[in-house]
Amino acid sequence: MTTTPPDEMTFEEAYAELEEVITQLESGDLSLDASVSLYERGQQLSAYCQELLDTAELRVQRLHDNGTLSDED
Amino acid sequence: MPSLLTVAEVNATIRRLIDDAPVLQDLWVTGEVSNVTLARSGHWYFTVKDADAQLRCVMWRSDTQRQVIQPEEGEAIKVHGSIGVYEQRGEYQLYADEIQPAGGVGDLYRRFEALKQQLADEGLFDAGRKQALPPFPLRIGVVTSPNAAAFRDIQNVLARRFPLARVVLSPTLVQGTTAAPQIVEALQRLNTHRAVDVILLSRGGGSIEDLWCFNDERVARAVVASEIPVISGVGHETDFTIVDFVADVRAPTPSAAAEVAVPSRDDLRVALQRIDESLLRHADDTLRGQRLAIDNAQQTLRRLSPERTVQEMRQRVDEWQGRLVNAQARHLALLQERLNVRVKALETANPAALLERGYAMLSREDGTPVLRAADAPTGTDLRVRLRDGTLHTTVNERDLHDDDTP
Repeated sequence: MTTTPPDEMTFEEAYAELEEVITQLESGDLSLDASVSLYERGQQLSAYCQELLDTAELRVQRLHDNGTLSDED
Repeated sequence: MPSLLTVAEVNATIRRLIDDAPVLQDLWVTGEVSNVTLARSGHWYFTVKDADAQLRCVMWRSDTQRQVIQPEEGEAIKVHGSIGVYEQRGEYQLYADEIQPAGGVGDLYRRFEALKQQLADEGLFDAGRKQALPPFPLRIGVVTSPNAAAFRDIQNVLARRFPLARVVLSPTLVQGTTAAPQIVEALQRLNTHRAVDVILLSRGGGSIEDLWCFNDERVARAVVASEIPVISGVGHETDFTIVDFVADVRAPTPSAAAEVAVPSRDDLRVALQRIDESLLRHADDTLRGQRLAIDNAQQTLRRLSPERTVQEMRQRVDEWQGRLVNAQARHLALLQERLNVRVKALETANPAALLERGYAMLSREDGTPVLRAADAPTGTDLRVRLRDGTLHTTVNERDLHDDDTP
């Protein structure tokens, strides 16, 4: 399991890894150590996703012909 | 008497006459289009004609931008405007402010149906062609007019449902004849720079003329060509434009398009909550399972512990010792028994005992025992030992038995 710090992940990546964690825990085939690690990782990811949802603000930008983006008010 | 006028005066007179003729200042003309020039300035120059005559027309950019259709060679159209005289050139023309297909809106519908059929026949509406929408589009492209209510509506929906996303506006006009090429460009811009994960193509409600650019073949093909999935949200629920058929997903309105594009924040929160519960449940199960395993291990351990073994061993040793002692005793008794028997036997075999019982022992003079009559012929000197003394004798006669019977 990768140990990218959640804040470097996009919502989609974090959510996807979260589902992976659940699947692995459900397989039931793990040592106590591994289960605990996974559980902690799951908590981390879940908290991160929740935070993203809670604090996100829609950002609006305009695409120009040369491919640059500028913020719209 | 004919007047003598300058050219300018003639032309000015004609102009005045025409300017003052109401019927020429507000009229519709119907005919066939020819000699079209669509200038880069945005002005249109064309001729409208019928079997008997033709009329030169001009439409300025401010008006051409509003038009639904362009004048096309051979097309039957209606043009509205006023007749004006270009004094310097001594020409008059129709200054047009509106152009329509000759059959009016009915013509538009016919064109719509024809294009729809054509594109359907090409397979561009096939379900198999449609791309799947990304589940978590973090970059959402919007092709619409920045000033339109549609853009505000979309932003509101996205801010409510999925504020994690970033909106990227690729601006365009959404009405008039210049809209179609701009929409094409706006779509291509997003694709070229791979700027977004999904595109919302939208504008608010309007008449079929207002929405006409979304029935443009070039726009339809640009949507087909888009490698980024396109969601159409044009007009109201009941409006269907060509882009609705070629888009990967059709939404009835711009707001609906934004809703379709993203998961709702609330749904995601619920999903995360379920995931949290799942995590807890599994952590719990795991702990319980481990505890159980530990208990079992402890039990097994107790059963197999050295202490237990030593005790058992001791017990066993005691048992063996007991058995050993018994066995020894028995053995001893047995030996004793045997010994007694031997002793008895021995005693019975003791010559002294025999003598005591009256038996005699015979031997020669030199002490050699004589056990058989055969060994003592007549005249042999024998010593006879009895219980209380010894006799010296000589054999007088001898009788030998035939067999060994005493």
